[in-house]
Amino acid sequence: MDKREEILLISGVDPKKCMRCGKCSATCPSYDEMEYHPHQFVYMVETGNIEPLLESKSLYKCLSCFACIERCPRDVEPAKLVEAVRLCAIRQKGANHIKAEDVPELVDEDTPQQLLMSVFRKYSK
Amino acid sequence: MHRIGVFVCHCGTNIAATVDVKAVAEAALNETGVVFSADYQYMCSEAGQTLVQDTIKEHKLTGVVVCSCSPRMHEATFRKAAAKAGLNSYMVEIANIREQCSWIHKDMMSGTEKAVILMRAAVAKVKLNAPLTPGQTPVTKRALVIGGGIAGIQTALDIAEAGFDVDIVEKQPTIGGKMTQIDKTFPTLDCASCILTPKMVDCAQNEKIHIYSYSEVESVTGFVGNFTVKIKRKARYIDEKKCTGCGECIEKCPMKKVPNEFNLGLDNRKAIYIPFAQAVPKVATIDSNYCIKLKTGKCGLCSTVCGAGAIDYTQQDTIIEEKYGAIVAATGYNPINIEKFDEFAYSQSPDVITSLELERLMNAAGPSNGTLVRPSYLSNQHDPEAHPHTIVFVQCVGSRSTECRKGSKEYCSKICCMYTAKHAMLIREKYPDTDVYVFYIDVRTPGKLFDEFYRRAVEQYGVHYIKGMVGKVAPKADGKLNVQASDLISNEQLHIDADLVVLATAIEPDKSARSIGTMLTASMDTNDFFTEAHPKLRPVESPTAGVFLSGVAQGPKDIPETVTQASAAAAKVIGILVKDQLTGNPCVAHSDELMCNGCSACEKVCPYGAITYSDKEFRQPDRTVAIRRVASVNPAVCQGCGACTVACPSGAMDLKGFSNQQIMAEVDAICR
Repeated sequence: MDKREEILLISGVDPKKCMRCGKCSATCPSYDEMEYHPHQFVYMVETGNIEPLLESKSLYKCLSCFACIERCPRDVEPAKLVEAVRLCAIRQKGANHIKAEDVPELVDEDTPQQLLMSVFRKYSK
Repeated sequence: MHRIGVFVCHCGTNIAATVDVKAVAEAALNETGVVFSADYQYMCSEAGQTLVQDTIKEHKLTGVVVCSCSPRMHEATFRKAAAKAGLNSYMVEIANIREQCSWIHKDMMSGTEKAVILMRAAVAKVKLNAPLTPGQTPVTKRALVIGGGIAGIQTALDIAEAGFDVDIVEKQPTIGGKMTQIDKTFPTLDCASCILTPKMVDCAQNEKIHIYSYSEVESVTGFVGNFTVKIKRKARYIDEKKCTGCGECIEKCPMKKVPNEFNLGLDNRKAIYIPFAQAVPKVATIDSNYCIKLKTGKCGLCSTVCGAGAIDYTQQDTIIEEKYGAIVAATGYNPINIEKFDEFAYSQSPDVITSLELERLMNAAGPSNGTLVRPSYLSNQHDPEAHPHTIVFVQCVGSRSTECRKGSKEYCSKICCMYTAKHAMLIREKYPDTDVYVFYIDVRTPGKLFDEFYRRAVEQYGVHYIKGMVGKVAPKADGKLNVQASDLISNEQLHIDADLVVLATAIEPDKSARSIGTMLTASMDTNDFFTEAHPKLRPVESPTAGVFLSGVAQGPKDIPETVTQASAAAAKVIGILVKDQLTGNPCVAHSDELMCNGCSACEKVCPYGAITYSDKEFRQPDRTVAIRRVASVNPAVCQGCGACTVACPSGAMDLKGFSNQQIMAEVDAICR
């Protein structure tokens, strides 16, 4: 199964329903943090342009607030797509999202170290 | 002794907010001859009209001035009110203190000052008004429809349904128009000819409808209720009464290489032809440009095989003359010529086609019998390469563009978004192995079930809609077409190798519309669409009385809108034909024969042909009789435009209700 189909299967979203109004991005609270915005997620999945999404930090900027789902006039549910792409990234076999040497950089006063441990366990192979 | 009443309207706050209406009413009393003035909230209301009527009776008014909105709005209202109170309608004048005063001024001082001046001018004019009585003219109870497409057909059917005779003049050998060339119709996808041909047959069978096919309007004279029209019946070299439409002659005709205009030149026809199987009338026509007999005198095969003896090589164009009460212009449209759009390579590759050509390629009666093939493989349809796999549609080709040198149109052609969605959908339905791309600037789908239809193309049929115009189509050595475009949503440059490129070509009014418009003295816009009398409230009437508009001749529209307008035009025509007499406009020109010097200046400028010259006898001061050539105006034809009064060098020509003296009095009052 190719990535596009996998994402569609996981999310249950039909990106062809999108009429490119841009309301999802217009409503997104994380817009400024993102490289690819919600409407671009939908279009890139539709056209099968998945790789840049998998590699982009934008995936983790989505707060899953579901404002885009709430407000989409065509019931496209962009946040579900983002979540599906995220899952895809997680499921990539052999992919190493965090290395041991990356951890010290992430240590700061606010982040619980337990969280970093669990991230390391979950996202490294 | 003048007894003028002045009535000043507040029009709610429309006037009263910028004009001190009480001051205007007071100022009116300073004018000589004004015996009464009043202001009122809404003069056009029932109570306002009653005030006018009561005052006319009570104060024995000889003239009325209403300071209110434009005379186009309520002049008729106040004229009727005055007539009911026993005052001649033409003793009422309107001072427009709304559109020409309160709406354009912000400052109360200057607004009031101008309103007073306008009131003064109207009072000065009304003092010179004379009672006028409109004349009556009889109505010829027959209508003419110019153009036999779906618009003309529907108009004719509806007029005939009401019991009036109606003639259709169609320049092609058959009625039916563009709709006969269309394969399917949006948004229902029913077959165009299946819904059109029954109407064509209805026209042929209706005894109230007479079809002049292969005919053109030659000249139009006269006026509403009494038009005289010359119709040229072009020689088709066939006796229409004898021809049975059997097609034997077509079978035998040796001249096979005539580009078939019905299939837009995608295949050939014979020199003797019937455009298509369901043609009405089903009568053959000989194309004199290609017929061997007509060109060289040899051949004559068709006449030997014709069992009915219908072929007549000696036939000539004939002119017939008919009288009509009303005329409908339903002259239709054509796709523009796109040869100057080099970027789309239309002239370079047969596989770049217009949407109308695609209709023929997809139609069962078309050059490929309904199988979609690349036009470059039309003569070799079974080649595996003939079937297109990647098809690119380009929207707005020549529409919404100011590139006049290419023949572009600034307007939106309106129908292209929908028919492109239809084409894309039909192709994906029939050939799921094709990739279909539509490049658009906007997708415009206002209409019942239209947006749903377009969304179905995207969501159900997987048509790739890409925002952005195609920049270039380049034919490649292997026969493919390299389409270069920009995807404005993903910000990517795209290169698609297409087998077929379809251009949604702009539509323009038929070339004949301009000359017909001139004959009808019907006004046209810069694009040669007929202008309506009012864009909102009189959309099917031409400003010229008795001339009505139907279909794309008035502006781009789809089939349902065309049929709606066609029926509306028919209703307007019936409204004239049911009358035995028409009431004319009494504000017409008249010539003072004693002052006329016979120069013909007025006759030359009259757009309605209302002025004629004749020799008349005049008694001279020395009691001898002299014969002089003088102008006279036919009041039934005159529309009161006033062009002649301006052209007349001797001041003999004058317009009733708008005499030179009245106009000068207004100017004097303004300058006072």
